Amino acid sequence: MSLSTRHPGPSPSTPPPVHPASASVSHPAAARDRPPRGNRPSPAAVALVVGHKALGAVFVVWAAATLTFLIQALLPGDRATLLLNQQTGQVQERTPEELAPVNEAFGFDEPLIVQYLDFLGGLLRGDLGISYTLYQPVTTVIGDQIAPTVVLTFTALAIAWALAVVLLVLTARRTPWVSRIFSGLESAAAALPQYWLGIILLVVFALWLGIFPVVSGSGAAGLVLPALTLGIPLAGFLAQVMRTEFERTLDAPFVLTARARGMSDGGVRLRHVLRHSLLPGLSLTGWAVGAQFSAAVIAENVFARPGLGRVLVTAVNGRDLPVVCGVVMLVAVIYVITNLVVDTAYILVDPRLKEAA
Amino acid sequence: MNALIDTVIPALAPAGSVRSTTGPGAPATSGPPTAGGTPDGTGALAVLEDLNVWFTDALGRRRHVVHDLSVDIRPGECVAVIGESGSGKSVTARTLIGLTGPNAHVEAATATLFGRDVLTLRDGDWKSIRGRDVGFILQDALVSLDPLRTVGAEIGESLRLHGVRGRAERATRVERLLAEVGVPEPRLRAGQRPDQLSGGLRQRALIASAIANHPALVVADEPTTALDVTVQAQVLDVLAQRKDQGTAILLISHDFSVVGRLADRVLVMQGGRIVESGTAAEVLADPQHPYTRQLLDAVPSGHTKGEYLTEAGRARAADRARERPGRTVPARTRQAEAEPPAVLTARGLTKSYRGPDGRDRAVVRDVSFDVRAGQTLGIVGESGSGKSTTASMALGFVTPDAGTVLLEGAPWSELSVAGRRPRRREVTVVYQDPLSSFDPRWTGRRILTDALDAGSAPGPFASGRARRAHRAELAERADHWARLVGLAPEHLAKHPLRLSGGQRQRLAIARALAPEPRVVVLDEAVSALDVSVQAQVLDLLTELQESLGTTYLFISHDLGVIHHMSDEILVMKDGEAVEHGPADEVFGAPRHPYTRELLESLEQLSTHAASR
Repeated sequence: MSLSTRHPGPSPSTPPPVHPASASVSHPAAARDRPPRGNRPSPAAVALVVGHKALGAVFVVWAAATLTFLIQALLPGDRATLLLNQQTGQVQERTPEELAPVNEAFGFDEPLIVQYLDFLGGLLRGDLGISYTLYQPVTTVIGDQIAPTVVLTFTALAIAWALAVVLLVLTARRTPWVSRIFSGLESAAAALPQYWLGIILLVVFALWLGIFPVVSGSGAAGLVLPALTLGIPLAGFLAQVMRTEFERTLDAPFVLTARARGMSDGGVRLRHVLRHSLLPGLSLTGWAVGAQFSAAVIAENVFARPGLGRVLVTAVNGRDLPVVCGVVMLVAVIYVITNLVVDTAYILVDPRLKEAA
Repeated sequence: MNALIDTVIPALAPAGSVRSTTGPGAPATSGPPTAGGTPDGTGALAVLEDLNVWFTDALGRRRHVVHDLSVDIRPGECVAVIGESGSGKSVTARTLIGLTGPNAHVEAATATLFGRDVLTLRDGDWKSIRGRDVGFILQDALVSLDPLRTVGAEIGESLRLHGVRGRAERATRVERLLAEVGVPEPRLRAGQRPDQLSGGLRQRALIASAIANHPALVVADEPTTALDVTVQAQVLDVLAQRKDQGTAILLISHDFSVVGRLADRVLVMQGGRIVESGTAAEVLADPQHPYTRQLLDAVPSGHTKGEYLTEAGRARAADRARERPGRTVPARTRQAEAEPPAVLTARGLTKSYRGPDGRDRAVVRDVSFDVRAGQTLGIVGESGSGKSTTASMALGFVTPDAGTVLLEGAPWSELSVAGRRPRRREVTVVYQDPLSSFDPRWTGRRILTDALDAGSAPGPFASGRARRAHRAELAERADHWARLVGLAPEHLAKHPLRLSGGQRQRLAIARALAPEPRVVVLDEAVSALDVSVQAQVLDLLTELQESLGTTYLFISHDLGVIHHMSDEILVMKDGEAVEHGPADEVFGAPRHPYTRELLESLEQLSTHAASR
């Protein structure tokens, strides 16, 4: 017996569905056939769902780890040579005598499968290897820089959500020209290249007007411009995907019922319509958190902010593979966690998904 | 006749309601609005005089949807507006509460609600009127209640918006309201969402949210459409109770049985105009306007069995009779000389599905029937009775857990999917919603040729000429079937989205008949259609059976339709066949208590059948 159409829910390893909000489409006949049920699922069912999700999360992290390991191990060029050249700043062939101690220290001469198991074992202990350039454990390198990036990413996310929601509630399905102008602005915002937006913001607000510092440092004032750089394009995306659902929900019969109950237009928008339009936004957020980490590279460079972005750029330039892989792993983990949170948020927004999960 | 009048004129009917064909004059209303809604004992709560509504579409075209409509509603009175979809009746209801829509232009000589002019009221004023003085009930609570919230939250919202502040107090009152509208276990139900409730409970919750603040006027727009006949009767009881307590009701409906049950006065609308008005008894028993008569004639029931429901159908039948004397009556009223052979035989069909609690639930239990050549077997039952699952097993889409289906004596349900494919064309289906069964990007012609093409297409190595000849032949046959179901060639050039509901269903029927199947399964095929369109489609099915000898397995929840169409009837309840026999026997002398209960609900609702 087919239940009503459900959200697929974002799978952490795939891009978000373009238009996931089909939850409001239910098949009346099928629904009528179902007997009423209580609200609470059994503990066993909950455990099953949670176990299922956790297993999926572990799989994604493992896949990311394996991929990064293979990139390190199979990339052209001998790693020991690379490492020595990095330390000396030279580019030259090395003799086997020079390479032997390096191979010994890093285990490059072991069979690939042993290296792989060592690598996985290290991961379980929280050991991501040693940076080729900084001689520090990768975990330390990342750990020192992670806080500013996380703060930047989530501030940008919060700004994006706030802008999108305010814009939607105020402008969706108003006088035609209002709606058209704002939906055009959203498209424009979504299309803005972040480095360009960052530079414009920097020039206007930091250099000309001097409201915000040019070098952002780690203070709150320094956070504003980088966060806007990342948040404005994302707000455009969010508002675009949510606007469709928002305007469709405004036409729903239950909205008419709510108005007929004496609810004001603002009340209808905030209490009924907004909740329905959250779902596509949540889908997009699952993807956006991962994307924001890569975008953070740009913002951190433009505004000279400390953070993972700069670590990553330095590491990529210096072919410091352990660090690059460490950042990739970190992003994978954050991505997985975000998607678990998003899945939970889905169910809070649309309790009908609980039965489908 | 007397019995009829007794049932439709309750004691509370206002005296002296004047019958006219232009609509009642608007009584004067005066005095300031009072909080409770009723300005005085005799005055009208709502008055519309010479209401005109236009809609502007996206291309800027103006459509005049309501013409010079006048109506007034007094306390304790139910005024029904009846008409088909597109007749402007819902627009009228929404205009009365100021929710006509953003693209509407409204003009009226008088448009007052509790003495206030609805055309000049502002949003702020409406907030205190809607939900407190006027309650509004829409059809199908599955979409008319917020699907993400519990029904308790929705009902509580009505209370909260009109001054009931305390959360605990709201909860108590929600429970009391649910109990009042006849919802069992109100506390449990208040915590459930619309999709967790059955259609009847859901609709009652919606009514509870509309009447939460004891409005003096309730506007009910198709409040019982899509409900089973027993549930429909319960819901109408709730409204009747409120009416007896003095609430005025503006009832919008296309269903005469519903109107007959509740209304004191009736307005019949066609194309945005009132064509007839008067007391319910007068209009229903003695319709004056041809449109009203046509609507009433179109209602299928046992009394219409063997007759055509539309003027056009009768005319065509008479033409055929002139051409071919001897076959004047539809097949199903002919006395069967010998019992025709069974085309589709079902024996002991059983099917279970695993419920959300992990237990198997039998949806169909031990159902057996024969569908005989050239006849109609009707399966009737309420939603959840297993009739659609039975249809799916007959179609070979669902494999029964036990029992078998034979097609002309050969195994059918036991075949593998691949084994069934060569004979797939011999059992076809028409669903309730044809739109979702068409590829929206295909034209009608392509939909038909696709149905004709299967099995007869030239091989991949056929010559170009053979292909062209094949295509031309297909196109010709598609036109032939379109003509048979009353579609013109220009309809075939359109996409299904651009066809009307009736035209879509005709296309679906043509598609089902084109492969010349042994059996056509009609699964609620007319349930979503307006009564006069339904009558046209039923006439079409009858005609096709008469001229082509088609065999139907007809599934419906509508007892009138089933009685009208079927030679034999199978009544299903909770997955079991509780009664099975010739149509007139089942309806004339029902043996099973459930059948009797169904028929009694129908009786309660039906007024027109008795008058004919």
